[in-house]
Amino acid sequence: METAVAQSEFASADINLRLTPDDKIRILRDMYRVRRFEQISLKFYNQGKMGGFLHLYTGQESVAVGICSLLGEHDHVITAYRDHGHALAVGMSMDECMAELYGKATGCSKGKGGSMHFFAPDKNYWGGHGIVAGQTPLGLGLAYALKYKGLKGCALAFLGDGAVNQGVYHESLNLAGLWDIPAIFVIENNRYSMGTSLARSSAFKNNLAERADGYEIDWELINGSDLYEIRAKTWTAMARAHEHSRPAVLEIDTYRYYGHSVADANAKKYRSTEEIEEYKNNHDPLRLYRRRLIAEGVLDDATADRLDEEAKHEAAEAAKFADDSPFPNASDIVADVYWEVDNDTERGRTGKHFFND
Amino acid sequence: MPQITYRTALNQALAEEIQRDENVFLIGEEVAEYNGAYKVTEGLWERFGSKRVVDAPISEAGFVGLAVGASMLGLRPVVEMMFWSFAYVAWDQIVNNAGCVRYMSGGLINVPLVIRGPANGGTNVGATHSHTPENFLANTPGLKVVCPATAYDAKGLLKSAIRDNDPVMFMENTLLYGQTWEVPEEEYLVPIGRADLKREGADLSFIAHGRAAITCLKAAEILEEKHGIHAEVLDLRSIRPLDEDAILASVRKTHRAVVVEENKPFCGVGAQIASILGEKAFDDLDAPILRVSAMDAPAIYCPALELEQLPNAQRVVDRALQIC
Repeated sequence: METAVAQSEFASADINLRLTPDDKIRILRDMYRVRRFEQISLKFYNQGKMGGFLHLYTGQESVAVGICSLLGEHDHVITAYRDHGHALAVGMSMDECMAELYGKATGCSKGKGGSMHFFAPDKNYWGGHGIVAGQTPLGLGLAYALKYKGLKGCALAFLGDGAVNQGVYHESLNLAGLWDIPAIFVIENNRYSMGTSLARSSAFKNNLAERADGYEIDWELINGSDLYEIRAKTWTAMARAHEHSRPAVLEIDTYRYYGHSVADANAKKYRSTEEIEEYKNNHDPLRLYRRRLIAEGVLDDATADRLDEEAKHEAAEAAKFADDSPFPNASDIVADVYWEVDNDTERGRTGKHFFND
Repeated sequence: MPQITYRTALNQALAEEIQRDENVFLIGEEVAEYNGAYKVTEGLWERFGSKRVVDAPISEAGFVGLAVGASMLGLRPVVEMMFWSFAYVAWDQIVNNAGCVRYMSGGLINVPLVIRGPANGGTNVGATHSHTPENFLANTPGLKVVCPATAYDAKGLLKSAIRDNDPVMFMENTLLYGQTWEVPEEEYLVPIGRADLKREGADLSFIAHGRAAITCLKAAEILEEKHGIHAEVLDLRSIRPLDEDAILASVRKTHRAVVVEENKPFCGVGAQIASILGEKAFDDLDAPILRVSAMDAPAIYCPALELEQLPNAQRVVDRALQIC
């Protein structure tokens, strides 16, 4: 028997009151799409259809979907290597994302980036970055450019709890605070940096976000299993960035059900099965949000099941699309290196750019 | 034609490009109110203000990353490294982000970024301040690397670099900042990827870049005056893209090559040039390809010895005489 749906004090936040029933359903659909996309990608990863790493986002869907549901014309997103959820949440298609996992020419990066490197600049989505915290100053730079151009927007730079001890993250905070840059650093705290728990990796008083105090940056803690709370508190930070060009640090308590990546051999050693089950059963953001919408009368079980089935179907179709797509040609290996060469400009034709045999 | 210093030439290039394109801005340590640690940016902050000339804290990885991110959204940042040696703390931002983001996005993104500053030894500041990373960076497809030797080239290449839609690593030399050359008053560009034959000769080709090209000009004079040997000096100016045609044309004419650089020898730029010559000019060569590089140790502090560690005209002459 399902327990009663806990009330969210954030349901009545202005930004959430603005949600129409259709908006709410779309958010649930997007969360299902992320989950089912990854479920199918795991299935085919295990069948050897793709190489490299596969960092699954399962359990954290509410963070990317909730925040990306707030984006306006001049709001930008950048993240690290656990990037499938953000990609789908900003509106990338399952086809182009799955094909990228398969290393196919139809992938979003033409098979040149892989799982960790999805990009869609036309959707204000700047990756997909493989080096821990390396994306944080890029997010800062996106926000810097917005301010430079006089555009009212912000850049949301997502990072994991394992990234907060990298120097470049602190450099980014310092510059953001110093120069009033509208950058929002979103720490998705899933409690493990690969196999090392938070307690074994970070020195802190109460939480990771409060380090922002040292840079005079506002910060906030967010319960990642409450979609309304994610939206409400992130919107507060976004509005401050838009109106006052001030940065923020948000720390979202969340959890991943799988290992650091699928190749994480110790995924079940550094944390207990009970811990994982506790999250799945009591904190799963998708189940909680679904129950909430049903309690609100926005949709019924049958409709919710249909959304889930549609997401599964879409993911299965994306896998077929990826499987049927061609690999890039060998000649594509040296394309997309230099803009000037790709565009066959005078500059691109001057001098030797490549030194192949 | 007016004679101006290498430093002034760079300053003029920056001023002209800031004025020409509102997306160009200069960022780095002490570039604004202090007027630049080496005075390359002197007067620019006063003239263009704090939006276009930005003093950054000592935070190279942070502001290089910022510049990469800003360039992805269409700005054209020119980052000053007080010393290129300091770029080593920003390596991830330069190599992984500026160098690879276009490729990893399948060509969706480009990074119109310039990182510039001095990359040279010879100033008695020890190994940590004397690095010459042109070979490291040219080893990263996606980056371009230029090393101007004269004021004329410095100005024309910097303007080209700022207009280029790919990331350009622009390496200057503090020992050249105060030297003067003729530079026209009217606007001009020097294309990236084209070498410059700075002296013609029939007997031997010196192939060099940066200050080593100036050293080769001196060596060529000595060879002519004292030995009657006519050496030509091909200044690469740009390492990547590389003017391979000019290299081959010179050696096919002279049949002898000495490759000179202030970089360290192992996997240096000269190694790449020698490889190209060995493969494509083997039948044209009448002697082994020789190299002159910095002596293979970290840059020594000792003022009496440091200039000996770098290639100097006499070392270059001695090397040339081994094959002439």
